[in-house]
Amino acid sequence: MSKTDSTFSWTVYEADKLTQREIYGIVLKDLGAQYPEIVGLSADLAKSTKIGTFGDAYPDRFFNFGIAEQNMFGVAAGLAQAGLIPFVSTFSAFASMRACEFVRTDICYQNLNVKIIATHGGISFGSAGTTHHATEDYAIVRAFPNLTVIVPADAIETAHAVKKCMEIEGPVYIRIGRGFEPAVYTSEDYDFEVGKAIEMRPGTDLAIIATGATVYHAVQAADILNAESGISARVLNMHTLKPLDEAAVLKALLETRRLITVEDHNVINGLGSAVADVIAASGKGCAFTKLGLPDTFSPHGYPEDLMHRFHIDTDGIVDKVRELLKREFEEDEDWEDEV
Amino acid sequence: MPLTEQEFQELQQRAKAIRREIVDVTGWSGGAHIGGSLSMADILTLLYWKYMRLDPAQPEWEDRDRFVLSKGHGGVGHAVVLAQRGFFDRENLRKFNETDSMLGMHLDCHKVPGCETSTGSMGHGLSQAVGMALGARVLKKDWHVYCIVGDGESDEGSIWEAAMSAAHYKLDNLIVFQDRNHMMIDGLTEEVMSLEPLADKWRAFGFETREVNGHDLHQLAEAIDLALEVKGKPVMILCDTVKGKGVDFMENKPDWHYGGLSSELVANAKRSIGE
Repeated sequence: MSKTDSTFSWTVYEADKLTQREIYGIVLKDLGAQYPEIVGLSADLAKSTKIGTFGDAYPDRFFNFGIAEQNMFGVAAGLAQAGLIPFVSTFSAFASMRACEFVRTDICYQNLNVKIIATHGGISFGSAGTTHHATEDYAIVRAFPNLTVIVPADAIETAHAVKKCMEIEGPVYIRIGRGFEPAVYTSEDYDFEVGKAIEMRPGTDLAIIATGATVYHAVQAADILNAESGISARVLNMHTLKPLDEAAVLKALLETRRLITVEDHNVINGLGSAVADVIAASGKGCAFTKLGLPDTFSPHGYPEDLMHRFHIDTDGIVDKVRELLKREFEEDEDWEDEV
Repeated sequence: MPLTEQEFQELQQRAKAIRREIVDVTGWSGGAHIGGSLSMADILTLLYWKYMRLDPAQPEWEDRDRFVLSKGHGGVGHAVVLAQRGFFDRENLRKFNETDSMLGMHLDCHKVPGCETSTGSMGHGLSQAVGMALGARVLKKDWHVYCIVGDGESDEGSIWEAAMSAAHYKLDNLIVFQDRNHMMIDGLTEEVMSLEPLADKWRAFGFETREVNGHDLHQLAEAIDLALEVKGKPVMILCDTVKGKGVDFMENKPDWHYGGLSSELVANAKRSIGE
């Protein structure tokens, strides 16, 4: 549990107890001491998104814009043009949709050094219902050139992502949950690199490719499948949606020929679609399943209930993997017959 | 300081030169947003030739004043101003709109020296100007941010979000002009979507607001002089202007929001502007 080179004031023990948002607030406060050019922006969600932790420490570098997200992202662009590094926090639904064109045109088109911390992603704000869920944001922001899109698996990974995004000269979108997601990591001592998937479990029968809050469930599912049935399921934590680690996808494809993606997002144009692009371009046959919301809006409810309903929790993944293993696909050598 | 007679003469000549070249570029490019570029030409003349702290040889100079064209459709007018002020070779104007040229309808700040930020989509520029003004405060810099907002784009809610935040943060380093030419693509602003009472709106949003004739260089200069003295609030200089100003057959005609010009019309337009 080494943290000798850590500049952070939190400890792993705390990370176990703190939510993604709380960790984000603390890490940002620490970064604020290192980087005087960091400024924080909120749209009346300083407390909810925890950027207020930074604001309390640096009141002269923190600006609230009230409930006016479009202006907030436009101002962020202006601050970046002035040479500052804005961290902008709001719910994912508002960052990706309410302020969509400001993020796209003012920030991404101009390739500005703005860090967007989009909280309450997916269905994590369960009881708030569809208005406060964001199950379209991967699809939207993935299509913005220049933008790096990171979806950390838990609080520790959020800390890594927030720290690493400072090494990227350009816009970054970090999508996190509401904060009640179980911890995946017990230590910060692992290799987190933007754009590099992390193999959580080795495996040869199939690969589960997950992102964000579903990584925990993917790991649990793999362990259950192995214990109950001796199934060897590889688990990839695809914490960076863009740029996608195509090499890791391709390797999993060639070595297992069975892929299943899991995301807290519509199955349209999210992680699953990104992986499908790689599969299609490879020319290799495989069995493939996308887990996520089946092109439907999410009702209100407890997040764990909603994840269960949409088969993106442990049980759902176990069931869908068993189905996937029964699926047939054409081996490469059979293709010539059809040409 | 009031304009001296010599300054006035020089600035007036400059404004005419800008208008003539806007007409030229409109002719060369096959079409441009000429009406709204002509209406703001006098404001830009004063900013770029008298008030703004800038160095065309160092467009990235940290302590420069910033200008944001929130009404980004005026790109052709802004391009001519930047070219004549020496930010880049005027030959680039001949390739306006061409593929891979420096200049397109809406200026790209990564391509155009002197262009602070890329605008074009309506209702975005004022927010970015607010960000630059706030940035000066954080960085303890004394630069001013000048911004021209169109009247048509003031239908956008984001303009008023930005206005609210400028007043909330008491941005007295932000001086905003509204090019009130009373027209948008579909017709008169008051017929498409009423803006009046516009001065009252800006005052209610916390701006020190002054109404001037946007083509009267003396009035504009006096308003800017006063704006530079204002403390604790942003400034709105509400400029009553004429769309297509200077070209007799374009003035007050919404159809000249965007248009092309034959060589004959170019000649007529330049004759109307005069030497």
